[in-house]
Amino acid sequence: MLFKHVSELVEQAEKLDIPISEVMIRQEVEESGKPREEIFAEMGHNLDIMEKSVEDGLEGVKSRSGLTGGDAVLVQKYMAEQETLSGNLLLDVVSKAVATNEVNAAMGTICATPTAGSAGCVPGVLFGLKPRLNPTRDQMIRFLFTSGAFGQVVANNASISGAAGGCQAEVGSAAGMASAAAVEMAGGTPQQSAEAMSITLKNMLGLVCDPVAGLVEVPCVKRNAMGSSQAIVSADLALAGVTSTIPTDEVIGAMFRIGESMSPALKETAEGGLAATPTGRELAKKVFGPAMGSE
Amino acid sequence: MKFRSVFDIIGPVMIGPSSSHTAGAARIGKMARELFGRQPDWAKIHLYGSFAKTYQGHGTDVALVGGILGFSTYDERIKDALNLAKEANLDIEFIEEDGSSDHPNTARIQMGDEQGDFELVGISIGGGKAEITELNGFELRLTGQSPAILVMHNDRFGAIASVTNVLAEHEINIGHMEVARKEEGKDAMMIIETDERIPDRIMDELNKCDHIMQVVTISE
Repeated sequence: MLFKHVSELVEQAEKLDIPISEVMIRQEVEESGKPREEIFAEMGHNLDIMEKSVEDGLEGVKSRSGLTGGDAVLVQKYMAEQETLSGNLLLDVVSKAVATNEVNAAMGTICATPTAGSAGCVPGVLFGLKPRLNPTRDQMIRFLFTSGAFGQVVANNASISGAAGGCQAEVGSAAGMASAAAVEMAGGTPQQSAEAMSITLKNMLGLVCDPVAGLVEVPCVKRNAMGSSQAIVSADLALAGVTSTIPTDEVIGAMFRIGESMSPALKETAEGGLAATPTGRELAKKVFGPAMGSE
Repeated sequence: MKFRSVFDIIGPVMIGPSSSHTAGAARIGKMARELFGRQPDWAKIHLYGSFAKTYQGHGTDVALVGGILGFSTYDERIKDALNLAKEANLDIEFIEEDGSSDHPNTARIQMGDEQGDFELVGISIGGGKAEITELNGFELRLTGQSPAILVMHNDRFGAIASVTNVLAEHEINIGHMEVARKEEGKDAMMIIETDERIPDRIMDELNKCDHIMQVVTISE
């Protein structure tokens, strides 16, 4: 049976005493008619792509426009050489999210999760947690199914497109998905996954999509950095037993309505927000010529 | 519900940075190449709307050319497509159009060689999905709701039946179909919309049917 809401997703998992990832896998088998092994292999391929983009980004890349690249390397170097403030796990997560989005901006290969602009959060959290949790390959693939399950609910009830819902719909959704999947991989319950999703999304509400020069670079790369770090903190809160006063489905509903009321200038048109700052316009002119930097 | 598969959320695998301006553009180029049936000697690419304004930053140009060279959305060679086109003696010209188009992300591609030339219009509709809306002056009226294929074939009896028979054998239902030809007994084409995406192995089978020249997916 197709789940439409997070409440149904959690209910199915609890009733059958299976993880969220298993609900998603069973639904995919039913919807696509493909054998379970084939679906697992396809997700395994996506996992391999994500791992490769993290590795490429950590070696250092530069985008065609020159606006982004190299920050993942900086963060890793800082971690290796100094005592950090927020700790190595969190910064490892952040650097791997940044790595993915830097590869995306440099026209490398990525797996959209759920979009290209928000592709860093899910792999950042997954590969940042890998040294801590030592998951099996099977568990890592399941992490992606759990992410996908929560993302599907957002996509069907609100939006995962910056043009339709602002950045809250892209990086917000991606961070929420990653936090829910982190909870499951750490051994939390389906309900705790939902709590983590709520806590993350609530803090992303209202985030606008205002890319400088219309490129998927500034501020997209750093928004993925912050999205992935929030995903980890929310997952920890949920695992500690903290709950969200507003249920997940209602948070998703609020996100949808906020997206509807957001000005078009703040929804991927490069006409408002950071794109419309003096520096944003100057950079646009540099990249595309005078026409792009004008009002 | 619009999103029914987990791979709509975790996927597609693609070359960055934008699903609409890069992956969708590569798909338009590749469909053009497949419809032409071989690598052309030259291509003129007219860009409209957002494609015309932001193509350099988004790599829309290299993605389109990569597609024309036959690369998929996830092929790393897309980045070097302009150089690779030169090496392959493929002459490329980009034209930024001021005029408006029905869709913000539109490309009109003309391509040809000594044997002939053709023209198509493609649009990138988001999330990496693309559609062909015009071919050699024929307007393709797709609903956009279903997967669609375009079949170029010789205008002979039995050509249409051979294609529909293969689809029937594999229990693929046709939702909408149009046939057209320029001149009796010469080149003809059909557009078939199906209820589900046609897997690659069945596309191969269709390509081997009698009197069939090209079968190309034009909407997924």
